[in-house]
Amino acid sequence: MTVGDVTPFLKVDGLSKRYGAFTALDRIDLEIGRGEFVCFLGPSGCGKTTVLRLIAGLDRQDEGRIEIGSRDVSSAPPAERDFGIVFQSYALFPNLTVGDNVAYGLVNRRMPKARVAARVAELLALVGLPDQRGKYPVQLSGGQQQRVALARALATSPSLLLLDEPLSALDAKVRTRLREEIRLLQKRLGITTIMVTHDQEEALAMADRVVVMNRGRIEQVGTPEDIYRQPASAFVADFIGAMTFLDATVGGPCQIRVGSVDLVCEDGRGFIPDSPVRLGFRPEEIRVGNVRATDVNAIEVRVRSLEFLGSFYRARLEPSRDLGGSLVADLSANLHGDLAIAEGQYLYVSLPPAALRAFPVASRP
Amino acid sequence: MARTIVAAALPEAVPARSRALPENLVGTVLVAGLCLLLVLIIALPLGTLLIKSLETPAGGLAGLDNFRTYFSTPTLVDALLNSLTVATTTVAIVVPLAFGYAYALTRTAMRFKGVLLALALLPLFAPSLLSGIALTYILGNQGFLRGMLFGRTVYGPIGITIAECLYSFPHALIILVTALGLSDGRLYEAAAAMGTGRLRTFVTVTLPGARYGLVSAAFVVFTLVVTDFGIPKVIGGQYSVLATDAYRQVVGQQNFPMGAVVGLLMLVPAVLAFAVDRLIQRRQSSLLSARSVPYEAKPNPVRDRLSLAYAGLVTGVVVATYGVAVWASFIRYWPYNLSLTLDHYDFAAADADGWGPYWNSLVMALSVAGIGTVVVFCGAYLIEKLKLFPTGRAFAQLLAMLPLAVPGLVLGLGYVFFFNAPWNPLNVLYGTLALLAINTLAHYYTVAHVTATTALKQIDPEFESVSASLKVPFWQTFRRVSLPICMPTVLELAVYLFVNAMTTVSAVIFLYGPDTKLAAIAIVHMDEAGTTATAAAMASVIMATALAARLLLALVHRFVIARAQAWRRREVSA
Repeated sequence: MTVGDVTPFLKVDGLSKRYGAFTALDRIDLEIGRGEFVCFLGPSGCGKTTVLRLIAGLDRQDEGRIEIGSRDVSSAPPAERDFGIVFQSYALFPNLTVGDNVAYGLVNRRMPKARVAARVAELLALVGLPDQRGKYPVQLSGGQQQRVALARALATSPSLLLLDEPLSALDAKVRTRLREEIRLLQKRLGITTIMVTHDQEEALAMADRVVVMNRGRIEQVGTPEDIYRQPASAFVADFIGAMTFLDATVGGPCQIRVGSVDLVCEDGRGFIPDSPVRLGFRPEEIRVGNVRATDVNAIEVRVRSLEFLGSFYRARLEPSRDLGGSLVADLSANLHGDLAIAEGQYLYVSLPPAALRAFPVASRP
Repeated sequence: MARTIVAAALPEAVPARSRALPENLVGTVLVAGLCLLLVLIIALPLGTLLIKSLETPAGGLAGLDNFRTYFSTPTLVDALLNSLTVATTTVAIVVPLAFGYAYALTRTAMRFKGVLLALALLPLFAPSLLSGIALTYILGNQGFLRGMLFGRTVYGPIGITIAECLYSFPHALIILVTALGLSDGRLYEAAAAMGTGRLRTFVTVTLPGARYGLVSAAFVVFTLVVTDFGIPKVIGGQYSVLATDAYRQVVGQQNFPMGAVVGLLMLVPAVLAFAVDRLIQRRQSSLLSARSVPYEAKPNPVRDRLSLAYAGLVTGVVVATYGVAVWASFIRYWPYNLSLTLDHYDFAAADADGWGPYWNSLVMALSVAGIGTVVVFCGAYLIEKLKLFPTGRAFAQLLAMLPLAVPGLVLGLGYVFFFNAPWNPLNVLYGTLALLAINTLAHYYTVAHVTATTALKQIDPEFESVSASLKVPFWQTFRRVSLPICMPTVLELAVYLFVNAMTTVSAVIFLYGPDTKLAAIAIVHMDEAGTTATAAAMASVIMATALAARLLLALVHRFVIARAQAWRRREVSA
């Protein structure tokens, strides 16, 4: 689902950035629609923050173009780009009150005092802190400080909101609540938003589209569902959610050979027969229970270990026949109870053909 | 649909004011201005000194002849060797003493730590030659303890070394307290958990942690001694050292090229110290991680009492020595008539200028503190916080760090050659109080700059990014945020510059004019004229002024800053 007009609001063309010999960003192309919420997701050092800083004009790209609202801003200073930004560190001015922080960008515009005050009150109400304007940042909790930072970024009604890991410094509970609030606020204001995060759950929960990055390149752009269900590469599959990988060889159409076992696999992807591939599947997609030896892709395994993770168990399974590795399966607590699975037990599991994905060998996660 | 909601929630799109000044242009001009200023007050004088050392007295090209002459003249080489001897001896005495003191302050639970540290830093507030004057009263020809020298004279290497020890002690102490303070308490707990003995812990944990500090302290003390002018002038007698030699060459014999050669020789240990210090800082920072836990000493009655006795003894010697000089300034006629008098504070009786030099010093120190603080802090802000003109900022940073490697006497020589040159339109400044102030600022620029930079580095670097996104120019953020946050540091800078401007002798000795003699220089002249008590009186006045400035800072801190900076407190108002 792609919100947005026919013409993209933000357009990035061949953006590159190097620090000495290190290539932080390697020819990135991207288009973002008006009103869209896009998350840049990737491990640290993948270049996601670099893209954000280049879009903001806080750093200068070595090559490439940036257009905001069909205006070329490639060499414009930050002040001419019309965005609001929120940092992980909040970056609230400690010597100014909450009200003065929010008003910081307004005072400079020679607005009458009364209008500034009204606008500050409106913004603080918007972020749910209506009666805190007289306090100093140090007197607020982390979550409250981040709301103030958000209000400050929105004060000048920018057309673009940039969020640089805004939730990473917060407790898990506060983080979950604030991410819902940010998303609601963004939808209400309809402001085009880019958020950088290394937390896949955050990205999946908040974004209209996710941009997965690795080593200065974009691995995949898509809706959260696309990214999770149809990962374009082994890296994406491994980074988003968990995935077990096994070395395999393409047999025929819909046939793949793992060790000494032949499996039915729907993911052909045009691999040449006999070529080596990486076979991947997610732990929750392995079927455990009510599997007979004659079922499709049924394998006998021994339960090597069981790890209790609250709402589910993660089982490490040792195949009786050689698969070139062990399997990981997630069992709901209910299923675990029903089947009375214990460590050391032998049972049959199956790998549903639709759940198996083949990746080229070169793309190791 | 989305558009209407936007309009509802954000009723008025705020119009951006057309910005009067292009931010980048202003920033670039300011950085360029800073570079120009630093080139004028630091780079060009030093460059002129370098060139001068390669010239003949008549102005022709001498190449390395001056250096050849220097090393083939026995009296000149003697001064070099004397300087090395005195400096090495001082290092050997001061560094262990200061290490013990710093150890007592940081690694024991002895009492009165605050008072002891404050008293040990006393010499920083007086001109270096005050310790020399004090020694003439204690161990000189009329000294009450001269018997301790068994007939040897204090006017020479003995006097210089003792006086330099007193003067350089606080400098070594500050470095070592910092080095020992940066310790990881977990390492001690790990050593104790493995049953490591005291001595082994000291050798394997404490010493390695402090070894960079020790090296740094040794170099700093060495450099201070080699380049100090006041003490050998007062108590050196016939024993010539590099600093007095440079003065004699330039002021006495008007042999500028040879003065320049001596100046460059003094530059060698200073530059070495600078290089070693840079290297050390890089290593030192890697010793401590963010996870380190500061060491806290547990009480140990025997060790703590021994430490207190040691620290008390050392502090006692320092305070007593400076106390003798102050006391002597009130004595009618040492040692024959010990009745008290204020006569020696009537400076006009001993020197035609009277109290004039003191007022000169005060005006000069206040301008250095006032103007210098603004220049240094704004300069540090430009270098640290702006993103534009990286070449210019890197260049300014380099020049700002340079004075640390340049002894005052050497910088003073450079100023003579540069600002007194007939071809230089700026030579109208020569002999004015303005030039003395500029020179003093340049001399102490680095420490002030580093202090300001450290404070600025602690401010979230994203403040400027946020401001840019809000279309607020950097000078507004400087005024409304960075400056208020750094106010304590700014005042600290002002007092640092003031105290040093009051006490410095070495750089300005070449630069004063008939109407602009400074108090510290007046001391040298009074001492030369044999009115030692008057010299002690003037030095006491300087020390009192410097201490008063320091006290004022403490009071301002306590009553003004603490109240104005309510935002630092965490209390939640009801």
